[in-house]
Amino acid sequence: MMASIESGGLMELAIGPLLFNWAAERVETFYARIADEAPVGTVYLGEVVCGKRQPMLQDVLARAAERLEGAGKTVIWSTFALPSTPRERRLAAELAADTDHLIEAGDMSAVWSRMPAPFVAGPLLNVYNAPAAAELVRLGCVRLCANVELPLTSIAEIAQACPGLQLELFAFGRLPLALSSRCAQARMEGLHRDACRYVCDRHPDGMDVSTIEGQDFLAVNGLQTLSHGCQLIDVEVEALKAAGVSILRLSPHSLDMVSVSHLFCDFVEGRIKSRELALRIGSLGPPGPLISGYLHGVAGARWGTGGVAV
Amino acid sequence: MSDMIFPVLELVCPAGSPAMLKAAIEAGADSVYCGFRDETNARNFPGLNFSPEELRAATDWAHERGTRVLLALNTFARADATDLWRASADAAAEARVDAVIAADLAVLSHMSANHPDTRLHLSVQAAAGTPEAIAFYAREYGVKRVVLPRVLSVEEIRSLTSEITVETEAFVYGGLCVMAEGRCALSSYASGRSPNLSGVCSPPEAVSFSDDHGERTTRLSGFAIDRLPAGEVGGYPTLCKGRFRGGGFREAAYLFEDPVSLNAMSLLAGLARAGVTAVKIEGRQRGRAYVARVTAAFRAAIDAIGRGESPGPYEALLGDLAEGARETTGAYGKRWR
Repeated sequence: MMASIESGGLMELAIGPLLFNWAAERVETFYARIADEAPVGTVYLGEVVCGKRQPMLQDVLARAAERLEGAGKTVIWSTFALPSTPRERRLAAELAADTDHLIEAGDMSAVWSRMPAPFVAGPLLNVYNAPAAAELVRLGCVRLCANVELPLTSIAEIAQACPGLQLELFAFGRLPLALSSRCAQARMEGLHRDACRYVCDRHPDGMDVSTIEGQDFLAVNGLQTLSHGCQLIDVEVEALKAAGVSILRLSPHSLDMVSVSHLFCDFVEGRIKSRELALRIGSLGPPGPLISGYLHGVAGARWGTGGVAV
Repeated sequence: MSDMIFPVLELVCPAGSPAMLKAAIEAGADSVYCGFRDETNARNFPGLNFSPEELRAATDWAHERGTRVLLALNTFARADATDLWRASADAAAEARVDAVIAADLAVLSHMSANHPDTRLHLSVQAAAGTPEAIAFYAREYGVKRVVLPRVLSVEEIRSLTSEITVETEAFVYGGLCVMAEGRCALSSYASGRSPNLSGVCSPPEAVSFSDDHGERTTRLSGFAIDRLPAGEVGGYPTLCKGRFRGGGFREAAYLFEDPVSLNAMSLLAGLARAGVTAVKIEGRQRGRAYVARVTAAFRAAIDAIGRGESPGPYEALLGDLAEGARETTGAYGKRWR
């Protein structure tokens, strides 16, 4: 069941689905710490990037779900962003059919298999405006994690038009920018995806990609391309609430996510402002320089409306 | 090749301008697709596209010649400007186009509610590649045809068409998105303009070139995305086809894809057998002569297949046109899986 959020009041924290190929023990330890120590209400579980990774995680994630729920967290199962093989399609449909748990739909296949039961619309569903959000609400969407390209002004437009819809914002982590059915990481190693040797496990925050001139730019995580920079919201809680945001998503990275979630807790409860949040997150060793441009309607690689983060 | 009769493939060709529309139709297109001269379509480049008046006139002209006109309304409406997309949908219906090609739920729901008699095609920008996703758009919005993501093999398409009730349209020639279409924010990450919203990938105003030591460096909003010996011609500078460094490799490499261009002429018969209804040529941003030549070659190839002959003689006709001068059959052969 979903944790309730009082309108205009509380701001909840959520841990987004783990995007990277971490070893099973690392995953288990990670979620155990989140369950025991992180002040978050929701944890998204599930492999969303590559269907080849999923079998290795199935048991670990099932145990993680039990532990998280035992600790009072709401578990939401996330579906593949780009299901293609019959197995990936079946797994997504199975998650969608489990109406005891909320799901986060990674693509429209999951919406189709789920509706009219309630679901969370993931950030990759291409909801850019209020009428599109209203369509998803009509079909059962109860929470929308905004597309990472959306400026806060557009999120506010959606919130205003869809009063019952909870709005979640991608608040921390490398931004998921693109997906391919071809694995760039395997390609870089001279391997085919079908015999990829799971090379993505070498890079717990994604493989850094720089330009021809050596400027940091992107990160590759198997089929997914992420920003090199690390998104961090740089607007105050009041402005987020005024835009209708009630949940902040923290995307898992290899730094201490428990500390990250405690800092965000301080932020949403008003003990620190966004400037101090940025300073303290910066000192925890984020995977890249802090960025926030999309929120302000400018290039995602920028910090605020300033220059490109380096 | 066997003597079976193949279903006729509908040839869908780009019309970046009224002149290109005429050229494509005269060269043998069964259908042409075009867009309005604004951010409501995914080829929003300067000097391209149609005004509502031009669309009306062009549609009448095409209909007199038995050719269909498909209107691409395939970007996602900006939250603060949904009226523009709504007005464009209304103008397309008013011009009596044969179908509107859309991806945004806002556009699809507006069309199905207000213009139920105008046929809806699902744009490749919706990246619907599973029977479930396609069923969603078919049932909720009455979509009659889906333009397939450029990630499926012929065998996967055959399996897909057997599981869906709507027509399919497959790209067979031109530029290729490396990433899942409509789900790529690389260009906006660097430039601030979202292709999904504005219809422009690597917006021209953000592209710059600099020459140094006999090499030309291409930049997007300052990020160097490729470097070629001066005089060597590259394709349009998109990030997914740029060269980067990563994973301990010291030399810059085409990280996502080599600069190749799709030519699936050799697979036309296989696509027809796989249940594909229509085949599509990419390239509204290309010139009129280019479109006329590609259209004529594919017309000849499809007609040959219809007669039970090989399209072989026509396959070499277009080699010199490919962007970056190399061709691929793309995902259809799926050598990279």
